[in-house]
Amino acid sequence: MAKLILVAFALSVSAPLVAAQPAKASPADFQTALWASSCMACHGPEGRAEGTAMSIGGRPAEELSGLMLEFKAGKRPATIMHQHAKGYSDDELKRIAQYFSQLK
Amino acid sequence: MTLSRRTLIQAAGAAMVASPFASHAQSGQSVVIIGGGFGGATAARYLKRFNPALKVTLIEPNADFIMCPMSNRVIHGGMALRDITRPYDRFVTKHDLRWIRSSADEIDPEKREVRAGKDKVPYDRLIVAPGVDYNYDGIAGMGSAQAQALIPHAWKAGEQTQRLKELLYTMPQGGVIAMHIPKVPYRCPPGPYERASLIAYYLQARNPKAKLLVFDSNPEIQAKKGLFEAVWKNKYAGLLEYVPNAEVEGVDAATRTIDLKVQGKQKVDVLNLIPPQRAGAVARRAGLANVGDRWCGVDFLSYESTRHKGIHVLGDSIAGAPGMPKSGHMANQEAKVCAGAIAALSVGQPVPEMPIIANTCYSFISQSEVIHVAAVYRYDAEKKTMVAAPGAGGLSSAPSVTEGLFAMSWANNIMNDTLG
Repeated sequence: MAKLILVAFALSVSAPLVAAQPAKASPADFQTALWASSCMACHGPEGRAEGTAMSIGGRPAEELSGLMLEFKAGKRPATIMHQHAKGYSDDELKRIAQYFSQLK
Repeated sequence: MTLSRRTLIQAAGAAMVASPFASHAQSGQSVVIIGGGFGGATAARYLKRFNPALKVTLIEPNADFIMCPMSNRVIHGGMALRDITRPYDRFVTKHDLRWIRSSADEIDPEKREVRAGKDKVPYDRLIVAPGVDYNYDGIAGMGSAQAQALIPHAWKAGEQTQRLKELLYTMPQGGVIAMHIPKVPYRCPPGPYERASLIAYYLQARNPKAKLLVFDSNPEIQAKKGLFEAVWKNKYAGLLEYVPNAEVEGVDAATRTIDLKVQGKQKVDVLNLIPPQRAGAVARRAGLANVGDRWCGVDFLSYESTRHKGIHVLGDSIAGAPGMPKSGHMANQEAKVCAGAIAALSVGQPVPEMPIIANTCYSFISQSEVIHVAAVYRYDAEKKTMVAAPGAGGLSSAPSVTEGLFAMSWANNIMNDTLG
């Protein structure tokens, strides 16, 4: 039961975030949506990329934040993502990963 | 539809939206955008995403958007114009935009109205994204339309691109082609050097005894310097000659002779002159170009003009923060910050206070190999400007085909993000 409530709570929190609308999201969540919109230039609208760039929309948050933190730490080879990852705090990367994980 | 009827319907719409939440109306339910490039089209798309209740009008005379990125590939034959062209009609329908197919002639900041042809378009907030205009004032012999037709700049993608391609393809064997690069700031800092590399790539196979002269007004290569130098030395030695500090005095268009202040006159077979640039005319006429009488000052939290409240400026027309290039990618990024600020204000929320945007810029140096430069810019609240994040960003270590694949992916995805 507790687990169910937790799931329901998570869903209710996540819904406005995905909506990416200041009318429905908290200022912090809308700020995250704006950061994430920057990524969509290369990774496509809703994080759906065509071609070689990774399609990040709807991937698990842990996977995305894990990749970004590894790029940032220089532990994963990349052409360009290590240079982008270093421009964000760990917390910012996790918030952006969470946002993309919720895009369908 | 007549203007009065359209205005009436608009007013009725505004009243319906405004009535349940009176506070929403005051901060701009009607947003008008001048220019459907990377800045303007992205702003339109994201305004509707962030607040679908906003009424967004796009003023854009062209039926299609032809993007500048990849247009250097069209010149050497690596792509066709159709590959970098997207129509506006599907875009405006999909996102419920009102489209006025006309040039914006005049902005009246007092009346909050744009004159576009015979239309008068009222706005609560205005976004001005006209791109750059070319300024031949300081170049003798280039003032006439006739001279400008003979000497293409090919710095706006489309007919000019095709024209330069034709001149390159029909140049006599063993001929001389020259490019001239203006002083910074200009649109797309690495663009001229990418073009030089791709023209050299073309000559190598198709006209190997020909020569490319690159006359640069600047004292050195302005972007990806070490990478371009290595490419020119390793791949194109003997084909390409780079001449720094080569400011132009005048041009004799009929004989394709360029007169350089220090280096003197040079007659060539094909001349590509990229002129100095400034904010689009409609922005300058409205007094928005308040930085050096050339570029538009903005507040980097919202891209609102520092000259007129309620008017925002995006893309190549702005006076960027130090190190921020004029590029399609940056215009796309600025547009999202601007759209976010306008959408937040429209529902009585504060303007988001921590913009973070990024630049990703790929340059082809041959048919398949690519180099990049990247940067992340964060808002500095004390300095009130964007600052490159320390330790982030950087260059390719060397040209690669892998980055060629990422560059093509980038081109498709930013087109989808801007006009999808």
